[in-house]
Amino acid sequence: MANNADTHVKNRTEYEYSRRRSADEMRGQVTTFAIMIFLTLIAFSAVYAGFSAYYVAPIILLLAVVQVVLQLYYFMHMSQKGHETASMFLYTGVLIAFITVLTFLTIIWW
Amino acid sequence: MSLIAEKKSFGAVLWDYLTTVDHKKIAILYLIAGGIFFIIGGIEAMLIRIQLAVPDNDFVAAGLYNQILTMHGTTMIFLAAMPLLFAFMNAVVPLQIGARDVAFPFLNSLGFWMFFFGGIFLNLSWFMGGAPDAGWTSYASLSIASPGHGIDFYALGLQISGGGTLIAGINFLVTIINMRAPGMTYMRMPLFTWSTFVASALVLFAFPPLTVGLFLMIFDRMFSGNFFNHLLGGNTIIWEHLFWIFGHPEVYILALPAFGIFSEIIPTFARKRLFGYSAMVFATVLIGFLGFMVWAHHMFTTGMGATANAIFAVATMAIAVPTGVKIFNWLLTMWGGNVKFTTPMLYALGFIPSFVAGGVTGVMQASAPLDYQLHDTYFIVAHFHYVIIGGVVFGLLAGLHFYWPLMFNTMLNETLGKITFWLFFIGFHATFFIQHFLGLLGMPRRVFTYGADQGWDLFNLISSYGAIFMAVAVVVLVANIIMTIAKNQPVGRDPWEDGRTLEWAIPQPVPFYNFKQTPLVRGLDTYWIEKQEGNKEGMTYAEPVMDIHMPNNSIIPFIMAFGLFVGAFGALFNGEKAWAVPVLILGLLITFISMGARSLKDDLGYHIHKEDLLNDKGGKH
Repeated sequence: MANNADTHVKNRTEYEYSRRRSADEMRGQVTTFAIMIFLTLIAFSAVYAGFSAYYVAPIILLLAVVQVVLQLYYFMHMSQKGHETASMFLYTGVLIAFITVLTFLTIIWW
Repeated sequence: MSLIAEKKSFGAVLWDYLTTVDHKKIAILYLIAGGIFFIIGGIEAMLIRIQLAVPDNDFVAAGLYNQILTMHGTTMIFLAAMPLLFAFMNAVVPLQIGARDVAFPFLNSLGFWMFFFGGIFLNLSWFMGGAPDAGWTSYASLSIASPGHGIDFYALGLQISGGGTLIAGINFLVTIINMRAPGMTYMRMPLFTWSTFVASALVLFAFPPLTVGLFLMIFDRMFSGNFFNHLLGGNTIIWEHLFWIFGHPEVYILALPAFGIFSEIIPTFARKRLFGYSAMVFATVLIGFLGFMVWAHHMFTTGMGATANAIFAVATMAIAVPTGVKIFNWLLTMWGGNVKFTTPMLYALGFIPSFVAGGVTGVMQASAPLDYQLHDTYFIVAHFHYVIIGGVVFGLLAGLHFYWPLMFNTMLNETLGKITFWLFFIGFHATFFIQHFLGLLGMPRRVFTYGADQGWDLFNLISSYGAIFMAVAVVVLVANIIMTIAKNQPVGRDPWEDGRTLEWAIPQPVPFYNFKQTPLVRGLDTYWIEKQEGNKEGMTYAEPVMDIHMPNNSIIPFIMAFGLFVGAFGALFNGEKAWAVPVLILGLLITFISMGARSLKDDLGYHIHKEDLLNDKGGKH
């Protein structure tokens, strides 16, 4: 229970360190944002170009997965330290969802 | 804290409990509500055994029997076993890890009230046109065809109480991850905390499939959806998969905390450190993980194909390995220990052979070809009662005796406790052991009666007599509880004298802020270490006495859950009664307005000041 938050004045070195870190992070976010726009453009143009649906659908799904990963790791800060438990639960959830979908596709007959 | 010692008016006590966000009081609420539902489920079980005591019985009609059977299963799993486990988790886990409360006290209260109103809603079906009658599994084709509103009560009631359970599960996950005292590393956590952690993770992943399944069921029944209607392109098997993707982990949600309780009791009364602690932790996590990979073993006979059956059969058998690790660790904990035969220890000793029997029949059923023979016979009934009663209910009764002094600062009578144990133990085996043979003799489960002279008559009668023993045991237990409350003799700290973990180091009655100073944990079995070093206070502290931040009590969780309860009636009678839609809207409005009130008005809690703590006034003005 963090009811005794101390006020801490940063010294020069700390200030520069945190400034550099923020700048790095900002660069990462902007880069990711650009990549994501680019991936979205690819997805739209793949549909617009009129390729076969059997080609377009997997490509779009793949791009979607990449986007989710970028979103999680850069915008939702999973790339930073201290997110080990959260990512373990996330991947467990993904695994269980995957198995569920796999079951529904394979062993339920219609 | 007993109600008598407080000397408050009844209204004040009631208001206190309606608004409480204190995990210790919510534990008592769970205990009372779960206990009442346990007795209701028990009465239903007795009706079942009376009906089946003799062949061609007409004590209850076939339709009513189906309702009793369904409600027995549903009540016992969702409204008795799970809430009672949550009672002990709430009472013990924050104390065990050195926390002042759970991570989200408000949500803790909301989770309880949602469970409570969901359970009341489900049981009101008895008075409103008939209870659900498609079994606790409520398989789709059967439940879609069920006339009346029974299944609607089932789907809506479980939806509400399931939401409460999910909230409680997430709350415990966050609590255990974030609120451990300094020094309480993962590998120093007591086994009950570990099993709560794994069970909560299972709740997190298992309840969403149930929620989805119940919504599909609600759509099919109330809005003419066709998810499970094969005539219009649906598939009834989808329900079975969704249900068992939830339903199998549910078994472990029940069993793991019970294992955790036994893992606390056995070292305490063997007065030895738990044998193979890290193996126990590993086995707990592994059981939790494998619990998700085996659900289709409930469905071997639905025609999934030989490959799928083989995969699920092998996965199921694999669970026997970590479970075996646990059994041997318990045995080796007792080995060479100076065992004290208290009531909780008796339950622990009774649990081991009973649960092993249930586990062995489980492995038998895991073998798919044999399961074709055993499926839908009384063998299955015998198996899961061995697991659920022999594992979970023994764990709950053991936990009740073991943690009673922690929760109420009094001690249940040991003699009566032992009488309860022996009656229950004998009754349980008399009731269910013989049902294995009924199954092998071909008696199908879920039948409301059977013809005479098929070799089933005597065994069924014996089984019914056994149930009487269990009923008497519960009556003795209730008498014991009433006597203990009436006497109200405080027992103080560490009443079992051999407490090992942090919860026993706290002075009794437990102050409402739990720890005046956050403790420093210096190893496994924290309190034991301090005792060995002659520390009279029982704790080493990690901080000086400081102001303590506490949450305010709130009636909002109660109102929020009540809104869902009201709204559920509207959803249920939709299209039938003119008042249905207004009631639905009213209920949802109550819930959303109370959510809005909670969100818009900051409730920052209050501080207990250092001076008050030092004055030993406990902060109460």
